[in-house]
Parts: sequence; C-alpha cells; structure tokens
Amino acid sequence: MSKQQTLIAHLQSQLGDKLANHYESFGELTLEVNPGHIEAVLKFLRDDSECAFTQLIDLCGADYPERPLRFDVVYHLLSMTQNQRVRVKLQAGEETQVPSATGLFDVADWFEREAFDMYGILFSGHPDLRRLLTDYGFEGHPLRKDFPLSGHVEVRYDDDAKKVIQEPVSLVQEFRDFDFESPWEGARAANLIPDSLPGDEKASKEGQEG
Amino acid sequence: MSATTPQNTQEDRKFTINFGPQHPAAHGVLRLVMDLDGERVERIDPHIGLLHRGTEKLIEHKTYLQSLPYFDRLDYVSPMNQEHAYALAVERMMGVTVPARGQYIRVLYCEIGRILNHIMNICTQALDVGALTPITWGFEEREKLMIFYERACGARLHAAYFRPGGVHQDLPQALLNDIEAFCDPFLKVLDDIEGLLTDSRIFKQRNVDIGIVTPEDVQNWGMSGVMARGSGLAWDLRRSQPYEVYNDMQFDVPLGKNGDCYDRYLCRVEEMRQSIRIMKQCLANMPSGPVSSQDGKVVPPKRGEMKQSMEALIHHFKLYTEGYHVPEGEVYSAVEAPKGEFGVYLISDGSNKPYRCKIRAPGFAHLHALDYLSRDHMLADVSAILGSLDIVFGEVDR
Repeated sequence: MSKQQTLIAHLQSQLGDKLANHYESFGELTLEVNPGHIEAVLKFLRDDSECAFTQLIDLCGADYPERPLRFDVVYHLLSMTQNQRVRVKLQAGEETQVPSATGLFDVADWFEREAFDMYGILFSGHPDLRRLLTDYGFEGHPLRKDFPLSGHVEVRYDDDAKKVIQEPVSLVQEFRDFDFESPWEGARAANLIPDSLPGDEKASKEGQEG
Repeated sequence: MSATTPQNTQEDRKFTINFGPQHPAAHGVLRLVMDLDGERVERIDPHIGLLHRGTEKLIEHKTYLQSLPYFDRLDYVSPMNQEHAYALAVERMMGVTVPARGQYIRVLYCEIGRILNHIMNICTQALDVGALTPITWGFEEREKLMIFYERACGARLHAAYFRPGGVHQDLPQALLNDIEAFCDPFLKVLDDIEGLLTDSRIFKQRNVDIGIVTPEDVQNWGMSGVMARGSGLAWDLRRSQPYEVYNDMQFDVPLGKNGDCYDRYLCRVEEMRQSIRIMKQCLANMPSGPVSSQDGKVVPPKRGEMKQSMEALIHHFKLYTEGYHVPEGEVYSAVEAPKGEFGVYLISDGSNKPYRCKIRAPGFAHLHALDYLSRDHMLADVSAILGSLDIVFGEVDR
C-alpha cells in the first residue's frame, strides 16, 4: 500500500462521513469536506500523529460562476515529519460563512483576508476580515470570473485638484482578447460542422498511397 | 514629547507612526502602521498590496507559455527559481520529461539564483543595521552573476528561460567555463564579506537574539526555507521532496540553533557555499544532448528547423498563437526558492489557458509574522527583523 492509500484508509476510519469525497490525481491527494466540518477536519489533520499536517502552506479561493455554490476554498497542508502533502477543498456560495482556520493556524489570517479580498468569500470567526492587497476604498472582487481584466476604475494624479483621483476606465483602443482556440476543433465543438468532413478519412488510413 | 507632569508622561509615551510606504529599510513599498510605547513596539499592522499588479488575474487570460514571464516579475531577485515552480507544474500535468542536460542547466541556474538572492539579502540587511561596505562588495559579484543570466537568455532580470519542457536555449561551452572560473574567486569574496560581518561586534549586537523564531512558530506561521532552517528544522525541499537532479547532488543543509536574525544570516552564508558546491558538480557532470523535450506538441521547434520542415513551421505557428492544451485537473508544485517554499497551484479546465493559478510566495507568510516577531522589540530592531525575513514585494503583493 502506498503512503497515500494508507493515509486515506486512516482518514476514512477516523473521520467517517465528515469526509465527503477524496481522490488522487497527478500523485496528489485531495479531500473534499463540507464547510461545517472544515474546522474539525483541519484540527484532526493537524493533531493526529499519523497525519501531523502541522503547516498550512496555502489557502486560496477559486471561482466557478456556473455552479450554485460558486467558490472553492482550497487548503494545502504539509507535514514535515511525514513528508507528505494533502489538499482539502470545500465549496462555498457568496453568502456561505466558512469557519475561519485562524484558530488552528495563525498563518490563515492573511490567506483568508486575501481570499476575501479577491473573491468575497466570507470567513466566520476571523478576527479582522479586511481587504489586503487591493487599494484603500476598492470595490469589487478582482479574481472573480465576472470581474473584467481591465477593472472598473483607474487612478491618476489630478494636477488641478492636487490629489489622486479615481475615474472610470477609458481605453484608447479596444481591449484585445484574441481567441486562439483552434478554429477547426472549435467549430466542431460548437456543432457548426459535422464530426467528419470529406477527406478526414485520409488521416486515419496509414501508409495508404493516394 | 515635552511631557513635564507625571500624568502626561504615561500618555505621551504611546503613539502610532507610519513606516513607509517609501522607506529605505522597507525593501520595497511597504507601509507599516506601528503602535509604539516609547521605543518599544506594541503592534505592527503591515499594509501591503502597493505593488499588486494582478498577476494571477493576468495569467488567467494568457496561454501557458505567455504566463511564464510573469514569474520573473514576482521575486525579481531570483527570477529563474520561480519560473521553475511554474514549469514543473505544467510539466507534471502534461506528462513531459526534461532531458538530462536541461535538468542540469536548471539546477545550475537555480543555484545562481540562490546566490543572487542571498547576496542581496545579506548585504542589504547589513546595510539596514549600519554596515555600509558589504553591499559594495556583494553587488560586484551579483553583477557577474547577472551577466551569466544575460549570456544564457539575453536578460539580466526578466529571464523567461525555464520553459515547460526544458530551457529555452542551450548554453555555449565558453559560458560554462566562465561560470566555473567564477566559483572559487567568489568563495574568497564570501570570506571577505564574512570577515566584515560575522565577528563584527556591532553586527552581532544588532542581530543576536533578535526576532527569535521557535520551531512551533515555523509550523504555526507557515514559514519555510531559511526561516525554518535557522530554527534548527532540517527541512529543504531539494532534499526532502527532490526535483530535477538534486537527488544526485552532494550538498549540506546548514541549520541554525537559536532561530534569531544572526543564525539566519549564518545559514544564508553557508547556503551560498553549498550552492557553489552544487554548481561545480553540475558543471563537472553536465551531460550533452538536447536541453528541452523533443515533443513537438509542447516545445516549439528551433528557427533552423522551421526553414526546412513544413511540420515544424506549423508547430511553431500553432504553439505561439493557440499554445498547447493542458489536461484537466489541478496540481500544486513547490520548489525550494531562496526565500523558502515557492508554490504554484494550477487548475486547468483543459483549455490553452490556466483556469486558476495561485502563487504561494514564501515572503507572504514571513511578512505576516512580522507583527508577532517584532512585539516587545525596540523600534530599531524592526528593520533588522524585516531585513532578515527576506522580503521582496514583487512576490508578496503579486
């Protein structure tokens, strides 16, 4: 049994139904949990001697606007003693209050502030959930998929007002967002052309001389 | 501060000051709001994000190859180490293997990056605590190393040299000879710089027992790299989760004992010596052969091939416009960057652009701990601690 399989078996027996799902891909183990269980799962992963995931390496959000619960909150944990990593994921909506991990890992403070700033994910029990990376007075959550790349406002120093002012973005040239996806494959995916065109069969007939 | 009556004295001792955003000891654009009690620090609230450029957002709108140069602009003191983490992430998802020569070149340039970073850190930290000479000696050596960068890829800082699949171009033998010739004289310069600092009474007074990090703090605050090793934790990703050819390299992982600023300084100096050791092994064992994967669907063909082969021309066109499609899934790949664990968490939806790319910068976690580490220290110690955390705002703010 590989190290990861041993770990999964151990987690399944100890956590039971707190573990909603788990899978392995590219050699990495991912655990899926419900927001309500996240504190208990993280605490178990940190304190159990066979897990000993004592370091929260990273915490971040991801946005899938087409889902009812649009956000993923992803925790990356590292165990220095077991030399092992694990990823814990949960799904959250715009209104979901995700229990904060600050009580378990001090480092979660800024990571959660960043996730709040970039996605608007709310963390309950966070001591100081302010914006972190964006400007003072910034509006919106820039890493959401529906936030435009150009943003909504731009700042400049106004020489008359003698201060930095914000105004709506004005682009002198239209924003160029080229779609380089292959026109052939793209057209096929959109059902604009049938699955096979005359001449396609030549590609599959190897060694045949035309 | 003209308190005369005893009642006022207590009140006047407490005040709040702004450190930065422009301050020579802030190592970039950092604003610290500090609550002081006299000269004693009670609380620090770092305001970061002044250099936030939306790297992660931009990457979502670029193809995998176009995203690569953004990694040079994070920690601009050791650019190639970060490209490395990204390249490894893409390679893992694509299932591409890098030929041996490519791997050796990567390790060689990663170690050059480590020296670049540590010289910068040691010299500027020494400058922050009052030593003016080391920076003039150290930067002369950095200049030589940056010329090695330039000779490999054409740029001193924004290299874009490690690409998914290998490295962009092969190195000429003359360059390898010159890197070899650099190694031993550099150790001499390192001895000289150490002669200025290691036993200097002033340097020790400013650094010994300042900003002590315990092994528990390392776990709790997500610290890595020298911050962990300075506290005696034998943790180095090059050793514990080896990538490329680090498994074949002989090197020691220096550890500190006390976890203070001085031990971290000693670790960095020793790491540079070990880096030279690794570089020498790379140069001695450098195999011949291709420097990047021969998979034409990932690595664009060379110019000469394009003039000869129609297929190469098509590949070149397709790879530089559409780019390659990365299989659906997610990976987290981490490297031992000079500052600590630099990780890239990449989510692919199967298209030619990353769906999400989270950059895990070591400096972010380290700066977060500044408040904790600086409490009950003197105001002057803050710049010593900040220097020793090894912060570069390119990666903290992203």
